[in-house]
Amino acid sequence: MNTLSHPHLLRRVFVWEFPVRLYHWINAACIVVLIATGFIISDPPAILSGKEAYQNYWFGTTRFIHFLASYIFLFNFIFRLYWGFVGNKYASWRNFIPSSREFWKDIVLVLKTDIFMTKREPENTVGHNRLAGFTYLLTFFAFALQCLTGFGLYAAMSDWWLPNMFDWVAPLVGGDFMLRQIHHWIMWFFILFTVVHVYLVFFHDYVEGRGELSSMAGGWKFVEEEVFDEADKKHEGK
Amino acid sequence: MATDSPGKRPTYYEELRAKGYSRRDFMKFCTMITAYMGLQQSGIAQVADALKTKSRIPVIWLHFQECTCCSESFIRTSHPITADILLDKISLDYTETLMAASGHQAEEAMQKTMKDHYGEYVLCVEGSVPTFGDGEYCCIGGKSAVQILQETAAGAKAIIAWGSCACNGCVQAAKPNPTHATPIHKLVKGKPIVKVPGCPPIGEVMAGTLVHIIAFGTLPALDGIGRPKAFYSKRIHDSCYRRPFYDAGMFVETFDDESAKKGYCLYKVGCKGPSTYNACGIMKWNNGVSYPIQSGHGCFGCTEENYWDNGPIYERIPNLAGFGIESTADKVGMVALGVTAAGIAAHAIATNIRKRDVVGNLIKEGKEAEKEL
Repeated sequence: MNTLSHPHLLRRVFVWEFPVRLYHWINAACIVVLIATGFIISDPPAILSGKEAYQNYWFGTTRFIHFLASYIFLFNFIFRLYWGFVGNKYASWRNFIPSSREFWKDIVLVLKTDIFMTKREPENTVGHNRLAGFTYLLTFFAFALQCLTGFGLYAAMSDWWLPNMFDWVAPLVGGDFMLRQIHHWIMWFFILFTVVHVYLVFFHDYVEGRGELSSMAGGWKFVEEEVFDEADKKHEGK
Repeated sequence: MATDSPGKRPTYYEELRAKGYSRRDFMKFCTMITAYMGLQQSGIAQVADALKTKSRIPVIWLHFQECTCCSESFIRTSHPITADILLDKISLDYTETLMAASGHQAEEAMQKTMKDHYGEYVLCVEGSVPTFGDGEYCCIGGKSAVQILQETAAGAKAIIAWGSCACNGCVQAAKPNPTHATPIHKLVKGKPIVKVPGCPPIGEVMAGTLVHIIAFGTLPALDGIGRPKAFYSKRIHDSCYRRPFYDAGMFVETFDDESAKKGYCLYKVGCKGPSTYNACGIMKWNNGVSYPIQSGHGCFGCTEENYWDNGPIYERIPNLAGFGIESTADKVGMVALGVTAAGIAAHAIATNIRKRDVVGNLIKEGKEAEKEL
């Protein structure tokens, strides 16, 4: 911690490129829509209507929105995977895969600092911290599973080759019924992830004051001058 | 019973004529069964031609752990020739339910067919096979079902698994499955197997599948699970006459409400039509009279794997195994959400208690800067 005679000088760092931010918000919107419509499809509300069936189509529309959002979700997800190979270093796939011993050590460090609060010094990570990176790897698996099970269910309703590519999924788990259940279970992972994710973003902004919340709007985070000095020393050391 | 030697066997058409059917009856049957098989009109000639020129294929029809509802369904197909051509007269060399012979005679007939027509006969299996212990939970003629299946499958040209018992174990394979009831495809490897699930399967579906094999000598096109595509590629839901109510969001809430009287969609009272593949909505039952949904009851999902264990029959949301009898995914999810929220609340409180300690300097720095400006 610095003393007050040396106030922190912050430097602007461009962390999240526009495609990453766009991906994030499309993804967030899709997940909200998919969860809302998903709950309605699994247990539709009892609506009494004096109309004839041909005058109503709200349930069909709900399902249509679910399928539309799922297509956007899938393509958005594929785009993000691609961007992991061409984007900047904060978007790179290397942030997500625990490839070294150091990665796991850092995960434990973040757990101690942020979650169990047994360590006092906050970490100076600019992009994803290692625990977040690993958690996003898990969400990518959840995305993939949800696409597999969802389009697996959808395959029988479509003549298009893309959903029909998923027609092997249902036989794998023994039929649509089990597939539907798995699809429903995985949805809960999304809900729990969203709650924790939103809380932790607020938490980081609250205790670090480096623009965590606004970074997903403008792409900037603000990093102390000392961090740059340390980085320079490291480079010189090499 | 088959006593004639190979080569001298009459064709299907010859047998039918000898039995008193006219050529007109025969053509009617060919037209009907071709339509059921989902073939185009030119297929009628092919089927008629095949049944006229090909000598009959011997069929061995085994019964294991089952209730014989498959056989019952089969002999009630809408055209009398179906039963005649396939059961009564033509080609059943061995079937416990319908054969005239019994005891040693029957076993001999089966042995003879297996020997004389090795590699040629079609093996139909009704029922699952218990594998617990030495398979003693189902024994016929001193042999266990496992033994009988292995012996007869060895020389079979193809195997048809009739009904959900043979395809996925049905009720006797439901938890806890005390006899280890096992479907056929898990016990026989290296033989072409056609699954015709259902409890029972629709008679016309059974006839269509069998006629395809005997008429064309090949298996019908199968889906990913091994069921004939002609009958199992669409969901009950896709051909349901109540589907407009589903799309309109008009659901039956209880079986005695106004919506039930008006014939609304049975989705919310547990209809498994949206995840069940069969032709009930089109072919219907008992010579096209009705099918469960038309009679006001949701689809059971009887063609689907583990349908007995897949939650309550009258509810949409299935129970979750391992979390107590009445737990659903949503209940477990809500508990997890509550735990998460509690964790977050504790974390937020702890953060605020420690805030001055952790970021006290930043706060001071910020306040001083505010004054400077």
